Amino acid sequence: MTKYESLINDLAPRKFGKRGTIWTFILVVIIIIGLIAYIDQIRQGQVVTNMRDYALWGIYISNFVFFVATSFVGSATVAVLRLTNNSWRTPVVRIAEIISLASIVMAGFTIMIDMGRPDRLLNLFIYARLQSPITWDVIIIPTSIILSFLLLYFPLLPDLAILKKHHLKTKPTFSKWYGKLSLNWTGSKAQKAIQSKSIKIIAIMVIPVGILLQTIDAWLFSTTYRIGWDSTNMGAYFTSGAFVAGLGALITVVYVIRKVRGLEHYITDYHFDKLAQYLLVTCLAYVYFNINEYLIPIFNAPAEEEIHLNALVYGDYAGIFWFSQIVGLILPILILLFKKGRKPLPMLIVGIMVVLGSWWKRYIIVTPTLLHPFLPIEGVPESWHHYFPSIHEWLITVATLAMALLIITLFVRFLPVIPIQRTAEEKGLLKTDKKAES
Amino acid sequence: MSDNTKKERRKFLDKGLKLGIAAAIGGLGISKITSKLNAKTNHNSTDKMELMTVDGTLIEVDSSEVMEVQHAEDHDKKYNVREGMPNRKFVMVIDLAKCKNALKCVSACNKTHYITGENAWLKVHKMQESKDTAPYWMPRTCMHCDQPACVTVCPVDATFKRRDGLVLIDNERCIGCRFCMAACPYSIRVFNWEEPKQGEMSEITMHLGGETPSPDYAGMPSRKGTVDKCDFCPHSIKNNELPHCVTACPNGVFYFGDKYEDTVTNGEETLRLSKLLTDKAGYRLLEELGTAPSVYYLPPVDRLVDFEKGLEDYNEFQSVEKPE
Repeated sequence: MTKYESLINDLAPRKFGKRGTIWTFILVVIIIIGLIAYIDQIRQGQVVTNMRDYALWGIYISNFVFFVATSFVGSATVAVLRLTNNSWRTPVVRIAEIISLASIVMAGFTIMIDMGRPDRLLNLFIYARLQSPITWDVIIIPTSIILSFLLLYFPLLPDLAILKKHHLKTKPTFSKWYGKLSLNWTGSKAQKAIQSKSIKIIAIMVIPVGILLQTIDAWLFSTTYRIGWDSTNMGAYFTSGAFVAGLGALITVVYVIRKVRGLEHYITDYHFDKLAQYLLVTCLAYVYFNINEYLIPIFNAPAEEEIHLNALVYGDYAGIFWFSQIVGLILPILILLFKKGRKPLPMLIVGIMVVLGSWWKRYIIVTPTLLHPFLPIEGVPESWHHYFPSIHEWLITVATLAMALLIITLFVRFLPVIPIQRTAEEKGLLKTDKKAES
Repeated sequence: MSDNTKKERRKFLDKGLKLGIAAAIGGLGISKITSKLNAKTNHNSTDKMELMTVDGTLIEVDSSEVMEVQHAEDHDKKYNVREGMPNRKFVMVIDLAKCKNALKCVSACNKTHYITGENAWLKVHKMQESKDTAPYWMPRTCMHCDQPACVTVCPVDATFKRRDGLVLIDNERCIGCRFCMAACPYSIRVFNWEEPKQGEMSEITMHLGGETPSPDYAGMPSRKGTVDKCDFCPHSIKNNELPHCVTACPNGVFYFGDKYEDTVTNGEETLRLSKLLTDKAGYRLLEELGTAPSVYYLPPVDRLVDFEKGLEDYNEFQSVEKPE
């Protein structure tokens, strides 16, 4: 019983330390600055961005694609590992669910930031036309938000009940809230049956919905005639990229939380090794799709496409292109091949590399294509021939990333980041309870 | 026990639903009958009336049966902004052999549409397919495609295709997502990145004709955060006038007309569209994409002027002249 108590003590959410408070404060400041920049953008119009008639989408869209990609981590770990009976997932699934929910919510916000007339948002529902891929997005994003929320919430119920009991004397208000949120969870057989059935249904649903989300995101691009977007490879390419981006984000966040909360006993080298192998497999799959996307067209690319590819490989975008390919993909694979590379600290570095590479990879997908139209760019100011985000765009984009991190931070502050009930069961700490039940 | 109560509840719901439906049908029936009775009692005259049916036969009916009907809305004849002008299909032919890059089309378009941004709706491109082929000047309007990629991707039906061939934008509905701009392979669409500096002039002209603002009326002011583009000047067409670029061109490059009438005119000469396209090997831009443009090009052959002459007016970085 003491073991069980100490387990709860370890895993129950804790007050921010000094570092946590500073971290949260910085995030809030960044968000406020971004909010001011956004209000200015609404006031002046999107002229404050560096987007223009040719580079008509910029980092708002590539950042949106990045958020959508990282939101896939919920499907990738929770659902896929569940269906494949990988029991090592226990200590990381909650974090994956949190990242997933934070990302998809922020994806919804980011796409609105890009709208020229956010005041007409309701038109998307009033005049919705089903053949537009944007309408598909309008359908799939709220669906994903709801599913991600349920995927986080249902497995939380027993833990919330535990926390209610745990905080009963020390923090009565917290205890009251946990109790309300736990929906009167008592752990009875009937409740458990409903819960496990619901989780099963959601976990199965989340896979096709996740793949659809990634694919619709890809279709936003591949339904146009644009060089570099007009590719049948896009759906699968985006989905495999989402595995990589999501797992990279997961590994980074898991490392940080483990360090800050001192969870080394719960998230061990073994778990990092498993995550590393998973990331390695998905990186290899992503390399395969990258070869399809960038290498094979060398043989038969029409003149316009060759200009586009050359700009990526040798031209204006070569720096970002090779950064995303080498730092975001090739080096991680090389590091992960070695056992030493799959230890926690190298994994943190790999995780950060993958996340940065993934973010810039989306930039490389969105921007260069727009600056390689079929007809020449003429009759517009010289600056319209290029695109690099303006201060406003950076401030707003960084604020959206900070907001995602803030959501994750708040969840970590108030929820058990590792499922208490499941860990206790797996460690055999609940044997007495089980006997009593049966 | 719980099973029993469930059944009871289901029974109750079932009965309630049936009762409700029956009541609703009954109510409808009663109101119908009473209205019929009312009609009969109100008109007790026995006058007969002679009427002619649409096919010309005379018939006699009881005058009490005669009721005024509302005129049916004849969609074939009535003008509707989203439907367009009935039984027309507007097309344009651009003769590249005649274009000298005089840019009168561009300035006329900018002026009449109050374009104040940096990117004109109508531009003249300097084209050269490859190093060894001859360069030429290519005016480029909106192609008003019959399979418009922009219309397909618009999530709110703000940009629409009319029966008379025009592709227009309702900028009171546009949400500014710019997907149509990404979808257009001809890159003809422009965005109002800031509040358009059109001033009061556009508003004044807009109300001169006593028209209510609509997407096809030239005075429709641009709106911040929405998309604009070449509209084929429906305000001119309506008055039986040619689009401004056609009338402004000193070289007769632009022909405008109706495909159903098979005629196009540049203001000086009127030609058979089909014959013109066959004789001069007309083609459409990026035909292979399947967008089916309404704008045809005639190849730049047998040119009367040197390409170089046009270079004098050529400005790679400007298409809208700034007021001094």
